[in-house]
Amino acid sequence: MTQLDARVTAVLGGAERPAPASPVASSVAFGWRAMLKIKHVPEQLFDVTMFPVMFTLMFTYVFGGAIAGSPGEYLQYALPGILVQTVVFITMYTALTVNTDIEKGVFDRIRALPVWRPSMLVGALLGDSARYAMASTVVLTVGLLIGYRAPGGVLGVLAAVVLLVVFCFSLTWLWLIVGLKVRTPNAVMGTSMMVLFPLTFVSSVFAPPETMPGWLRAFVEVNPVTLLVEAARGLMNGNPDVGDVLGVLGLSVLLIAVFAPIAMRIFNRKN
Amino acid sequence: MTKETAELAIEAHGLVKSFGDNRAVDGVDLAIRAGGVYGVLGPNGAGKTTVIRMLATLLVPDGGSARVLGHDVVREAAEVRARVALTGQFASLDEDLSGLENLVLLARLYGYGRRAARVRARELLEAFDLAEAADRQVKTYSGGMRRRIDIAGSLVVRPDLMFLDEPTTGLDPRSRNQVWEIVRALVGAGTTILLTTQYLDEADQLADRIAVVDHGRVIAEGTSGELKASVGSGAVKVRVADPSDREAVAHLLAESLGAVPVLDADPASLSLRVDDPAQVAGALARVGEAGLRVSEYSLGQPSLDEVFLALTGHPVTDAAPDETEEVRA
Repeated sequence: MTQLDARVTAVLGGAERPAPASPVASSVAFGWRAMLKIKHVPEQLFDVTMFPVMFTLMFTYVFGGAIAGSPGEYLQYALPGILVQTVVFITMYTALTVNTDIEKGVFDRIRALPVWRPSMLVGALLGDSARYAMASTVVLTVGLLIGYRAPGGVLGVLAAVVLLVVFCFSLTWLWLIVGLKVRTPNAVMGTSMMVLFPLTFVSSVFAPPETMPGWLRAFVEVNPVTLLVEAARGLMNGNPDVGDVLGVLGLSVLLIAVFAPIAMRIFNRKN
Repeated sequence: MTKETAELAIEAHGLVKSFGDNRAVDGVDLAIRAGGVYGVLGPNGAGKTTVIRMLATLLVPDGGSARVLGHDVVREAAEVRARVALTGQFASLDEDLSGLENLVLLARLYGYGRRAARVRARELLEAFDLAEAADRQVKTYSGGMRRRIDIAGSLVVRPDLMFLDEPTTGLDPRSRNQVWEIVRALVGAGTTILLTTQYLDEADQLADRIAVVDHGRVIAEGTSGELKASVGSGAVKVRVADPSDREAVAHLLAESLGAVPVLDADPASLSLRVDDPAQVAGALARVGEAGLRVSEYSLGQPSLDEVFLALTGHPVTDAAPDETEEVRA
């Protein structure tokens, strides 16, 4: 075994400088990192999928009869909503990941690299999108097992999932800002729960807004999650509402247009 | 780029950075020549890390300017990033990923293809004695291993300039020596190193020149010899085998060293200030010739505390390690 210094000298000599990574290559590399995270920390996925699985079962069998007459009928109503809620909840993990990276110094190391800077964020979002797709699969599988049938067929369900992933990709830019701004991972959790609980519960996820008092309904109707749920429900039920779908897409573009530049600016100037 | 700036690896003028009311860096000038190790010495909170973060383009200075390898750190940040590497104070790799995965990720970000990145990562793991831990998550690594993989991550391509922020803080002596070996190998390969440390000993061992930083300012700059000279001498501490010999030993040493002996509360020990450590051996030899037995002696180098006290008039707030070299007789 040669000495450490001799080996280090040799390995330094062997370092040929490759051409810099292209924006696509570096984004893909960061996306790969996000996938590795899922492999090494599967509980990240577990947390956010067990919760909705519980919700699906609880709401269907505890309240289903009371709300919709029978658990089976309620499931038909609630499942698209639960799907949306699950994935919207997972978007929060983007903030958590970025925040942890800052705390651990990974962030500094990456920002000191000669790579296209947004690729760290874009890569993370690509990885997150894969996670959204996985979580969707879990919820749909549970739904199918307990008797959910989508009138919209495979295509309708697929379209709903794609729409959901697009929306969440856009929403994630907002979470990036939270992740960059909030001090600790715990605070990120707290902040996100405060935002996500009302956003997803006070919507048409679990119950039709028509049954709610007027003041609450006013909020439900402007809540973007309601729009998303209605669009997804339409697609899955086989009666897609083009207006809702376009609304969600427009909202997504708006979210990116507003929050992506802010996130990038904070990212570049971060202390 | 003029010829003059090209020769300087780092050139900073009046760097300032504040966080709220706290002026973390308060007008720092640096002129660091390419090649070798430059040490930035100071206690926690002196502003060392903030200076490094500005030079590594992670922080935009509030005032002043800096050029790194001839490029402005604000306007030409991309050029700077392409040629420097940063190893932060804390393990700056993804702890959830394995060592191999971390290095593959970095290699890919440096532009290696999928296969070449794996080859390069394996080479680095091999060189840094981490081959066996390649597939373990970094969070399971010991402190020394972590530091090594952290440094390996900065050497995927050889940087022209490397920032090492407190590379040995918290390491055991063996790991610390390994880091020193790596630093020397890097210098041999032509990389300029800017290293921050809280330990005078470390700056002494590694750095060609040292800047002493306190409260966001450079308060002294020079070679370690110059700095020590500015602080003055150390002291020799002696324990006699038989306490009744103390008087005689004190007398002899005082004569040889030309200093006033200080008798400690411990009846067997005494100490004297020394201007020239080279005289100590001769003085002790004379004690032996006189038939007096010394059981133990130590020659103290000026500690970081003493350097600080001398330079700033206030002691270091954080406890600095004892720099005393002990020699048992």
